[in-house]
Amino acid sequence: MASPDYHRFDTLSLHAGQQPDSATGARATPIYQTTSFVFRDTDTAAALFNAERAGHVYSRISNPTNAVLEERISALEGGVGAICTASGQAAMHLAIATIVDAGSHIVASRSLYGGSHNLLAYTMPRFGIETTFVDPRDPDAFKAAIRPETRLVFGEILGNPGLDVLNVDAVSKIAHAEGLPLLIDSTFTTPYLCRPFDHGADLVFHSATKFLGGHGVAIGGILVDSGQFDWEASGKFPTLTEPYPGFHNMDFVEEYGPAAFIMRARKEGARDFGACMSPTTAFHILQGVETLPLRMQRHVDNTRKVVAFLDAHEAVDWVGYPELPSHACHEIAKTLLPRGCGAVFSFGLKGGRPAGRKFIETVRIFSHLANVGDAKSLVIHPASTTHHRMDAKALEAAGISEGTIRLSIGLEDPDDLINDLNQAIKASQRVRASEPAS
Amino acid sequence: MKLLVDGFDAYAYTGAKEFDGTRDPLIFVHGGGLDHTVWLLQSRYFAHHGRSVMALDLPAHGKSAGEPLASIPDMADWVVRLMDAAGARTATLVGHSMGALVVLEAAARHPDRIECIVTIGISVPMPVTDALLSAAEANQHDAFDMVNAWGHGSRAHVGGNQAPGMWMIGSGVRLLEKSGPGVLHADLRACNDYRHGLESSAALECPVHVILGRDDRMSPVKAAQPFLGTLADGHVTIIENCGHMIMAERPGEVLDLLIAALGSPMGSPVGNPAGTPQS
Repeated sequence: MASPDYHRFDTLSLHAGQQPDSATGARATPIYQTTSFVFRDTDTAAALFNAERAGHVYSRISNPTNAVLEERISALEGGVGAICTASGQAAMHLAIATIVDAGSHIVASRSLYGGSHNLLAYTMPRFGIETTFVDPRDPDAFKAAIRPETRLVFGEILGNPGLDVLNVDAVSKIAHAEGLPLLIDSTFTTPYLCRPFDHGADLVFHSATKFLGGHGVAIGGILVDSGQFDWEASGKFPTLTEPYPGFHNMDFVEEYGPAAFIMRARKEGARDFGACMSPTTAFHILQGVETLPLRMQRHVDNTRKVVAFLDAHEAVDWVGYPELPSHACHEIAKTLLPRGCGAVFSFGLKGGRPAGRKFIETVRIFSHLANVGDAKSLVIHPASTTHHRMDAKALEAAGISEGTIRLSIGLEDPDDLINDLNQAIKASQRVRASEPAS
Repeated sequence: MKLLVDGFDAYAYTGAKEFDGTRDPLIFVHGGGLDHTVWLLQSRYFAHHGRSVMALDLPAHGKSAGEPLASIPDMADWVVRLMDAAGARTATLVGHSMGALVVLEAAARHPDRIECIVTIGISVPMPVTDALLSAAEANQHDAFDMVNAWGHGSRAHVGGNQAPGMWMIGSGVRLLEKSGPGVLHADLRACNDYRHGLESSAALECPVHVILGRDDRMSPVKAAQPFLGTLADGHVTIIENCGHMIMAERPGEVLDLLIAALGSPMGSPVGNPAGTPQS
């Protein structure tokens, strides 16, 4: 026998989860645009409903096109399984709803995407779930915030938009010592730059809309289970370790072992909340995943050139990119993200809000819109858009100022991007020079 | 269901149904380093179709306490003591890999207790490489990777799981990681040291159904031939494009074959042509 070997990342990006279509021989993943699947016979139908056979019943619960994407991302992340959702926010909600009940508590990084902060700070409390937000740079702050009723620890590897780098190894150890799982939003990094499960995280979700899809054409999310967390030993998760009257009195850990979480998420969450992904969306995202390693490397290479340009520009106050020694998370970034710190970062333009407005209105290649992770370069002003519901204190805590501009660097020629930024910065500074001194 | 065997808790999954030892018992025995969850679909199906089912955890596996048993005959005798504890006078046994050796040996040692056996992913003997034994003895993760990588066929390494959204390679290694220190080594050593399997199989009086994976690298079809040659009442099926982790790789086909071998959902046995390849 030869040495044991698994397929590697680039191969899995193209192949994982898909065999050529048995009916037609189609090499590409077909779009199974169907709501339902014909049963072989009545016994098979009953067996599918009673979890005695594996297979597809109804596309809210599972679909063959979606299943390819689910397997592929599981393979790339090193997990046991995944479930596609209607959006990244739906994936986050599904993760919470599967294991957190009313009266429970979450400890979360305070550097989060505005939508995630909103869900935790304002919406989940309506359902009896409170969140304490802590400094992602301080693992001990997570420990201090954990209460008896805490059921989940949550953070982004690269906090949005300041790029605070979460010490996943340290925070996962703290969570596990308290019998808690660590959920990571890995949208900005993708498994190409970091596989959180290798650092102790237990659950990962992505806004697949971003770098996984990569082309700005489809909204979707995906939730991945590492299969590593010992739900039974923790003793805090009855939804996984006690009979569930809503599904044949199933005890998910007893029946599915390491896959208990993701099976409950599908059999309860997909069924009852119904935030499923369209098969056509899964197909679009699969096209992006096929080139994920190529694109992510180019995203990072371009970003490094743009960061170097901005960092040296006299009209730029600061650049927040963890590969720069000036970034507060530079050291942890070197160990956690050796391939690069992604392609989304912020910088501060001299001249505050007026200069920022002029800059955004003057760029020609960069598009002003509310998204990141597109093949095309993007720009936005977080304080007035993605994070506009945060008050001044929360903005400050998340590292956002009035003059912060967020860029998502695409796949264009980096010299064209730099030229575009240069002309827009010049224009912004002319506005600044023409303004009366206050 | 928990039972007391040899003074230790022994766990068996009953398919979410009450186990009644007088109602056509069907007992599933897992392979080395694994547990009852490998039989989820098959055990659940039969439990809901009129059979009393136990998918057991051998000592020190899954939810069963105690130390790993040192030999295949020890495991075979333990299964029969579990039957005693569960009130099952007789049973049909289904085993995979190491579990296939266990059910073979149990049928040979206790012919009055075992009515029929199904062996999945079996070769007799079942030698284990020194590299794997050494890695397992040292509790190195390499041992899990060897079993997982070699255990899954080339098709499974790409995926296309019948269970939607589940990544077989990831699930396989996680299950092995849950085994306690020394458990995989004890199991592999027991397989390697089981040398009288062909004498046992030649003595079998009950029907023997055999399911093999064409691409099995751990128990290759060729290595099963001496075993098949000893069977007086053998029925063999080879599943194409399938490795050693047959229940994970082809759960639907395995269930169909078990239904054919052991009886239809209504309880009447149906034939299964010997040697029929399954695509």
